[in-house]
Amino acid sequence: MTDKEIFEILKEKFGEAIIEFVEAQAGENYIKINPLEIDKVCAFLFSDTNLHFDSLVNLSGVDDANGEKKTEEDGSFEYIGGTLSVFYHLESTDKRHKITLGTTVEKDQPDVVSVTDVWAHANWHEREAFDLLGINFLNHPDLRRILMPYDWDAGHPLRKDYKDPEYYQGMKVPY
Amino acid sequence: MALNTEEMTLNMGPQHPSTHGVLRLELRLDGEFIVDVKSHIGYLHRCFEKHAEAMTYPQVVPYTDRMDYLASMYNEFGYALTVEKLLGLEIPERVEFIRVIMGELQRIASHLVALGTYGADIGAVTPFLFCFRDREKILSLFEMTSGARLLYNYIWVGGVARDLPPDFLRLTKEFVEYFKPKIKELNDLLSFNKIFIDRTANIGILPKDVAVNYGITGPMLRASGMKWDLRKDDTYSVYNKFDFDIPVGDGRMGTVGDSWDRYYVRILEMEQSLRIIEQAVEQIPDGDVSSAIPRRIKPPVGQVYGRVENPRGELGYFIVSDGSVNPKRIKVRGPSFVNLAIFGELCKGHMIADVIAILGSIDIVLGEVDR
Amino acid sequence: MIFDFFAKLTGSEILASIISALLPLFLFILPFALIAVLLERKVSAHMQDRLGPMRVGYHGLLQTIADILKLIQKEDIVADSNDKTLFNIAPLLVFAGSYAAFAAIPFTSSYIGSNINLGLFFIIGISGIVVIGILMAGWASNNKYTLLGAMRCVAQMISFEIPTLMVVVTILMVTGTLNLNELTEIQSGFFWNWMIFGGAVPGIAKILLIPFMIIAFGVIYISTLAEVNRTPFDIPEAESELVSGYHTEYSGMKFAMFYLAEYANMFAVSAIVVILFFGGYQSPVGYLGNSIGLHWLIPIEQLFWFTFKGVGFVLLQMWLRWTLPRLRVDQLMAVCWKYLIPIAFVNLLIVGLITLI
Repeated sequence: MTDKEIFEILKEKFGEAIIEFVEAQAGENYIKINPLEIDKVCAFLFSDTNLHFDSLVNLSGVDDANGEKKTEEDGSFEYIGGTLSVFYHLESTDKRHKITLGTTVEKDQPDVVSVTDVWAHANWHEREAFDLLGINFLNHPDLRRILMPYDWDAGHPLRKDYKDPEYYQGMKVPY
Repeated sequence: MALNTEEMTLNMGPQHPSTHGVLRLELRLDGEFIVDVKSHIGYLHRCFEKHAEAMTYPQVVPYTDRMDYLASMYNEFGYALTVEKLLGLEIPERVEFIRVIMGELQRIASHLVALGTYGADIGAVTPFLFCFRDREKILSLFEMTSGARLLYNYIWVGGVARDLPPDFLRLTKEFVEYFKPKIKELNDLLSFNKIFIDRTANIGILPKDVAVNYGITGPMLRASGMKWDLRKDDTYSVYNKFDFDIPVGDGRMGTVGDSWDRYYVRILEMEQSLRIIEQAVEQIPDGDVSSAIPRRIKPPVGQVYGRVENPRGELGYFIVSDGSVNPKRIKVRGPSFVNLAIFGELCKGHMIADVIAILGSIDIVLGEVDR
Repeated sequence: MIFDFFAKLTGSEILASIISALLPLFLFILPFALIAVLLERKVSAHMQDRLGPMRVGYHGLLQTIADILKLIQKEDIVADSNDKTLFNIAPLLVFAGSYAAFAAIPFTSSYIGSNINLGLFFIIGISGIVVIGILMAGWASNNKYTLLGAMRCVAQMISFEIPTLMVVVTILMVTGTLNLNELTEIQSGFFWNWMIFGGAVPGIAKILLIPFMIIAFGVIYISTLAEVNRTPFDIPEAESELVSGYHTEYSGMKFAMFYLAEYANMFAVSAIVVILFFGGYQSPVGYLGNSIGLHWLIPIEQLFWFTFKGVGFVLLQMWLRWTLPRLRVDQLMAVCWKYLIPIAFVNLLIVGLITLI
């Protein structure tokens, strides 16, 4: 099944929650979905016998770097507003089709519903997206930092406007 | 009289000899039995993804080496393939063949480390050194090709760094002939050793459906009885030109998907890799290896997910391009990272010694788990 | 006898017994431990396609001496939360326990540290001190790994004493003595008088004994292997699980004491196996000293044969160590309780019946 056909099926079933079919200039197209409905869409994709996306291949968070850029005198900058995205690459190991889902949230309130209940695989990937980008996954069973220290309080390093703290636990950070 | 007993928390790592790097396991024990395992990672986090955002596309290649440092060739292979997919590049056939030969040699080298260290975890030290002896031969082949023994920076976007040295194909053939009996030696010494089987069979059983749900890939998934190999199921490069089988675990010594199956699938995979190398060495065409290397890489706006079958499983690169010379985001789906996530589930109800046996059979490389 | 010689020399029996008891330590155990450590490294290296130590002396011959020098210089670390008294006593106990066993072992017909009638019993009893020492070390270190290692070690050593004892009783029934010197003398003559070949028992019983003696030898060799914590039974110090078991927290000379005790133990159990089954210090083919009439040569030959056989079994232990993986703790107990003890017991019964013939 092509991704266009899957988009039609989803659009029919979920209506408003399926925002649009994004055709990229290069690489892959993806289906944009409402971040607060993504778990229902994924549960449907997983359980429907014709689609049967039994495998979440990858889950990645992205900083879209699209807010209003405010540059300080020392060259550091900050984005006011802007969005974060999460991309889901799904695959069906028996039906042999693939699809990419995407969802976009405001940086001010980065709430996405977790899909850990559908694919256990999402657990660590969502923790990673939370750790590095600060995307807040609702209903996640164990949302802690994973790669950074548990007590890292200087923000989320993979955001484009991340700045290193001066000190961490009394140790100087920039070297 | 009721004895007052309590659970014990044991911290294994991050400097423990058997955690294969800096992994910290928090074991909750009831005597010698495992109640719960929590893995804490991140001790080797080097911000690969953040670094990559400041690099141009070709500059990222040496960084990918340093993720899974036991399978550097394959990391470059996957990265190059993904960027080429984004750019829509056509690659000369000789380059594809060289990449496949390198990739399969790397697979053997990586599996040798996995098998050897697994033997050492179980207590047999000698197979470890035998494996390293053979791995050295592969590293020497890499050294004469790329000049490095561990981190090669050899496979570039659009080609490879330099052509094969004149003797390479002959020496590779010699290596294949040399290595075939060594697999039997390893089988005699370790695989079919009664104690080894007792320690690994029926330990850490991973059923197929659970494996798929956890996103497990590579030898670990195949040991659970699932015939799934990206080289065949989502074929890339020139793998469709070769004749090889996908070994799966058959529960010969216990249950399908136990630690022994995960171990033995790797042995069988080495044999298949030898077959691929033999065919590739025979069929390799002549040609220019650097003709397709782009002078300046500036892909259009878009995103792409490319994946290869790394020795440990599916290595995926998710690249988002904003149309500049720097990637906007590179996300690596490392097989070690994903395969480690299920570790706690596998350990429940087993003993301390089994934790080591299960961890070794997963074959993680912390450089990739933490990136 | 050496004891008489010293008694005459010093004129005091107490002094003489102290000297003769100390002799094996300085003449034998310490040099043996030095050589065995080097041997282990060299043997394992050559088995594994490498060279081992090569830098200190010719082919690394002086490596162990360099190691000892290093260990002597090392800081003796005692952590704050250790139980200091027990922590300090433990290595002494372990070392003393394994060294005391040598007091009753006859190296030659003319030298035995202490020729007691209950020699075999004494050795098995005194090795209990080692168990206490190990438990102390594991507990006093106040470390979870050492505690787990010590618990495993004690469980293992105590369990495996049972099959060992059963085999000892088997031998006792055939020979009727626990005195190791007498036991060896019974096996004098040529190698077919060794216990493994039925001993000096006359008639048909000798032929009947042979298969059961071989079984008994197998049982005692496996269980002594477990008692000295060698692979495949090196669970107490399983370096891939418990770092290095009960002596994780020790450094410097205290660590060296555990180390020396381990190698002394290796030889002690090999010596017991040799005495029980392979004729102790007896030559398999008769003595050169007897045939050419130089009777002072005989003890030297006997020492040679004893060391030769003992080191042979030590080498076998090393060979096993570098070939086999390690069992799990429950599998180890299964080996003992499910296989070795029933086999040893049935063997004991059958040998008992045979001796009635």
